Amino acid sequence: MNLAYRDIRHGLGRFLLTCVGLGLLLGVVLAMIGIYRGLVVEALTIARAPGIDLWVVEANTRGPFAEASRIPADTREAIARIAGVAAAGSITYQTVEAEYQERKLRLYVIGYEPTRPGGPPEIEEGHAIARSHFEMVADRSSGLVPKDRVRLGRDTFTVVGSTRQQVSSGGDPAVYITLQDAQKLQFDLAPPATRVQLARGTGSTGRDTVNAVVARLHPNASPDAVAETVRRWKHLAAVTQEAQELILTRSLVDRARRQIGLFTSLLLTVSAVIIALIIYTMTMEKLKQIATLKLIGAPDRTIIGMIVQQALALGSIGFAIGATLIASIKDYFPRRVVLEPDNVLALGAIVIVVCLLASALGVRAALRIDPATALGG
Amino acid sequence: MSDKKANQPPLVRLRDLSKHFGEAETRVDALRNVSLDVRAGEVIALLGPSGSGKTTLLNIIGCILDPSSGSMELDGEVVLTDGRWVRPNLRRLRLDKIGFIFQFHNLMPFLDATDNVALVLQLAGTDPREARRRALELLDYLEVGNRRSSMPAQLSGGEAQRVAIARALANQPRIILADEPTAALDSKRAGIVMDLLRKVAVERDAAIIAVTHDEKIFDRFDRIFNLRDGRLESMSSNGMKSIMVGPGDVGERI
Repeated sequence: MNLAYRDIRHGLGRFLLTCVGLGLLLGVVLAMIGIYRGLVVEALTIARAPGIDLWVVEANTRGPFAEASRIPADTREAIARIAGVAAAGSITYQTVEAEYQERKLRLYVIGYEPTRPGGPPEIEEGHAIARSHFEMVADRSSGLVPKDRVRLGRDTFTVVGSTRQQVSSGGDPAVYITLQDAQKLQFDLAPPATRVQLARGTGSTGRDTVNAVVARLHPNASPDAVAETVRRWKHLAAVTQEAQELILTRSLVDRARRQIGLFTSLLLTVSAVIIALIIYTMTMEKLKQIATLKLIGAPDRTIIGMIVQQALALGSIGFAIGATLIASIKDYFPRRVVLEPDNVLALGAIVIVVCLLASALGVRAALRIDPATALGG
Repeated sequence: MSDKKANQPPLVRLRDLSKHFGEAETRVDALRNVSLDVRAGEVIALLGPSGSGKTTLLNIIGCILDPSSGSMELDGEVVLTDGRWVRPNLRRLRLDKIGFIFQFHNLMPFLDATDNVALVLQLAGTDPREARRRALELLDYLEVGNRRSSMPAQLSGGEAQRVAIARALANQPRIILADEPTAALDSKRAGIVMDLLRKVAVERDAAIIAVTHDEKIFDRFDRIFNLRDGRLESMSSNGMKSIMVGPGDVGERI
């Protein structure tokens, strides 16, 4: 006779309600872990999107994400000629606010050369940029879909394709336009400012600059060796893809990452305390029954089994509810929530361990109950 | 009591049981040299004011409280000598040899009547199917077979106490300890329960020791003892003090 199961079945509504409460709590913990992972993943998304091995940026900077970087656009040709480089492409990054259907759209605009590295990783809907001007590939999270038209700067762009989950480290949806359009958007002065500059005799500043040149290497080429070659040009710096990812996680999103990490740890601690309290209270409510069981001769293993099984059932069902809930709603979060199987399993294991520890408290209390408690009113 | 039964060894034999709590100035003597024999088929009552030692005595006989001194035999087995337990695994002893009946029945609220009885059988190692069969038999014997599937909360006080008696009898113990078994019942139901206990004692050769304050049922007991300041006094069923009980006069019906 399984006493734990019978007791749960007897108070099923209350038990399930407790499980739902615990599930919501564990769901929040899981969501925080997902947000934490999402922050890291989003920070790396744009850097990983071009699928390249080397970043060439302005000397003495750790650009283009952690610090501003501007280099001449013709750097790309010099890089492409280095031994070991399979392909190179110029690239620009900037954040722009655009009006779309009477609302503000904050976009992370990436300018690239359509035939070279630096473009979107894959097009989910529509097609890649085919014309040299005024076409755009936008991430779905921006709300833009193919054939939408949106004004950036002084030009109107037509969305021709969509990507998925391409956002900046700040969570802004990425849009891809041609390098020429991006340079114009980033570096061209507005007409009045241009007229002022001309009147002052300084002329317009050259706009043939980019934020970085990205390079894809041959399979047998060493990124460090190529980077060392680039660094010989004193006006350039080179960062390998691995180092760039490290800069992003250690520098760009480090504070946010640590903040969320600390909060997640606190939440996990609070959850552990609450689980322990629930299980301990569940045991304390059964003092008379446990005393009666001991008095009529039930062995300790029967009492321990009842408490531990209920604790594990509570933890497992609560965790399942929390995980299901977050898996169902994670796509509705404004920023990406990444539920990785190993994180989910780790939390599940933590919950089981916490339940076992909490039930140990309950078991300790139960074993200390004097069977004489069963006698008398 | 028949001569045959009077010649049988007592199911409960207490000799010079004492129990004190605290030491020196704080010392309280809950029991002083209590000796008592209870034979098969006997139903005896323990009376006494609060703090007189009734529950202490019941707890020691139930093997859940260590006495300070004395010896005890249960169902022919020496379990206590000179205030020390000599029988290992007292929990198993309780499961096999002692049945408990409580004031508020103490049924498991999450088990139906049958499972409450079958639980004790299963704890003793009986096969679940056989345990249920015997539980149903016991419920029928105690005339609550029609409530076999009812949960404790759905039973009346009398029905719940009958189920509790069935549970106490499940492993066929020959010693039954009852703590205020009729306190929560009206006089009619209290009488029915006591008649049941008498029937159990006679038909199953069991000794029943009940702590009670319920004067309505005094006439249902073979012997009544009063505990006063830790000492055991024998009384008649009309409440008159009769004789001090010592090793020499135990087992005599008043």
